Amino acid sequence: MIENRPIITLISHVTLILGVAIIAFPIWVTFVAATHDAVRMVQVPLPLWPGDQFFENLEQAVVRGIAGGGDLGVGMMLLNSLAMAMMIAVGKIAISLLSAFAIVYFKFPFRMGFFWLIFITLMLPVEVRIIPTFEVVANLNMLNTYWGLSIPLIASATATFMFRQTFLTIPDELLEAARIDGAGPMRFFKDILLPMSRTNIAALFVILFIYGWNQYLWPLLVTTEQDMYTVVMAIKQMLETAEQAPEWNIIMMTTLLAMMPPVLVVIFMQKLFVKGLTETEK
Amino acid sequence: MAQVKLENIRKTYPNGFKAIHGVDVDIADGEFIVLVGPSGCGKSTLLRMIAGLESVTEGTIDIGDRRVNDLEPADRDIAMVFQNYALYPHMNVFDNMAYGLKIRGLAKSEIQDRVKKAADILELTDDQLVRKPRQLSGGQRQRVAMGRAIVREPSVFLFDEPLSNLDAKLRVQMRLEIKRLQERLGITSVYVTHDQVEAMTLGHRLVVLNGGVVEQLGTPIELYEHPASLFVAGFIGSPAMNFARAKLTDDGGSVELEGGAAFNLPEGMYTNHANRNVTLGIRPEDLILTDSGDDIRNLTTTLAEHLGADTLVHGHFGTDQTDMTIRLSGTQDIKPGDPLPLRVSPEKIHLFDPETEKRLV
Repeated sequence: MIENRPIITLISHVTLILGVAIIAFPIWVTFVAATHDAVRMVQVPLPLWPGDQFFENLEQAVVRGIAGGGDLGVGMMLLNSLAMAMMIAVGKIAISLLSAFAIVYFKFPFRMGFFWLIFITLMLPVEVRIIPTFEVVANLNMLNTYWGLSIPLIASATATFMFRQTFLTIPDELLEAARIDGAGPMRFFKDILLPMSRTNIAALFVILFIYGWNQYLWPLLVTTEQDMYTVVMAIKQMLETAEQAPEWNIIMMTTLLAMMPPVLVVIFMQKLFVKGLTETEK
Repeated sequence: MAQVKLENIRKTYPNGFKAIHGVDVDIADGEFIVLVGPSGCGKSTLLRMIAGLESVTEGTIDIGDRRVNDLEPADRDIAMVFQNYALYPHMNVFDNMAYGLKIRGLAKSEIQDRVKKAADILELTDDQLVRKPRQLSGGQRQRVAMGRAIVREPSVFLFDEPLSNLDAKLRVQMRLEIKRLQERLGITSVYVTHDQVEAMTLGHRLVVLNGGVVEQLGTPIELYEHPASLFVAGFIGSPAMNFARAKLTDDGGSVELEGGAAFNLPEGMYTNHANRNVTLGIRPEDLILTDSGDDIRNLTTTLAEHLGADTLVHGHFGTDQTDMTIRLSGTQDIKPGDPLPLRVSPEKIHLFDPETEKRLV
């Protein structure tokens, strides 16, 4: 739209700036809190300008953790979270790609039946099936392992569905041309389908990485040892101090650290992400 | 290089639909065969069966000395050009052409040579070789698709309506290129089209298909001069042949339209069919404007279309209301209602059985 009405431009800018401020303010507070010492953080009013304790807090959060927290910094937990998010994202994409490939390109009995079976798992998120899933994981001795953290979250109907739709838009002639060129099924998958789904894979990776990173309930259940904790759980546990005041500066520093990877993933994959969700030309 | 032999080919789809009802075609080495027919006649199905993309329900396909019924497309020594080109969108032109060769495990230098050679034949520049298909025009994509076929050095080329996505001007140009290419390489080719002009200009021989049955197989001129059925007569030639209900006279020497206009027939040719109801067919270009002679028939004109090089006149003979189209060369000044004196040589008259729709003699 090409319009030149200063009042409307002003109003829309004010609205947008207000919106950004509302979203950004808590993050600012988090950042500010992460730069003061513990003493300052229990005084009223809360500081609104950064202090000088940023690197001290960073060091304490990553290496030592909070007092009484078992002397374990969140460094390990960040790694755990990263491993879990990566395994979930990569695992989901790999499994969904293969199942969509099977459903779209192979003829086998009950093909549509399998598709719908996958599809109705949309109605069964982890929270609904948490007790039976926990039992299965426990029986398989996967408690306190990366496998236990990620495998139950890997099966994904949404990603399968999305790849199915992508594959359906790829003209049949490409498959036929590849057959005439002598490409077998896996070769076709690797040489044609994968590169053509590149942007969709990137978009899904962003979504799934954040999904995996933000998991809270499931890691809380399957991990009992501190060196398997994820960073999102850790924040919650830092608040549970018996008698002392919570160490807000360290908690906020941990929160900042926990926010960084998803933000970085979004920033660096933004271009592909948008392309993957909007691109229609094949 | 190889001959292709189709014997009693039938195709029944899993849902019971019979697409092809027994087709026999012998294609000689180096021959350019065009499968032509209206949409749904089974021409593409037949081509895809030769390619190995559709299974053969019944019958045999031989390419060279090999029976290929159960061979994978890649093992049949064929190359196919698709209607929408089917280029791999993420690969550049070079890789598109080289893909099949890479899979076959050819040496890098050999692949380079073959692609270079094909690019030269098709006049693709080095600059175009590194582009992606989406950066090319329709005609260029079509060339790449042909290049992909050429580099395989196959025994048989298969073309599935390769020109129908191009605009009219480019289509004529590419048609010539395909013809030249086929003559130069001398590779047996099977070409599918619904466009009779393409079919007539490209093919050494044409297979006219209708409803999964071969209506006629022959050279373009045979089909034009001696169409075996009403369908072929109406399909080949533009504007289409005129048809009218008519009756042979008692001696079989002439044929009479319902309104009384009669045309002489070649002597003795239809004696066996005397007194019989027929469908009369005359090509628009076989009705000739004339001003003397006892075989003149007057056409009552209703409409004239001026095309520049030709004038198409519509009208009817006497009280017979069947619309006739006449093609006169040059620009003619004809007004609706004018009587138009015309004659037609007896041997240019086609007679068909109205029931079987087959040619009488």
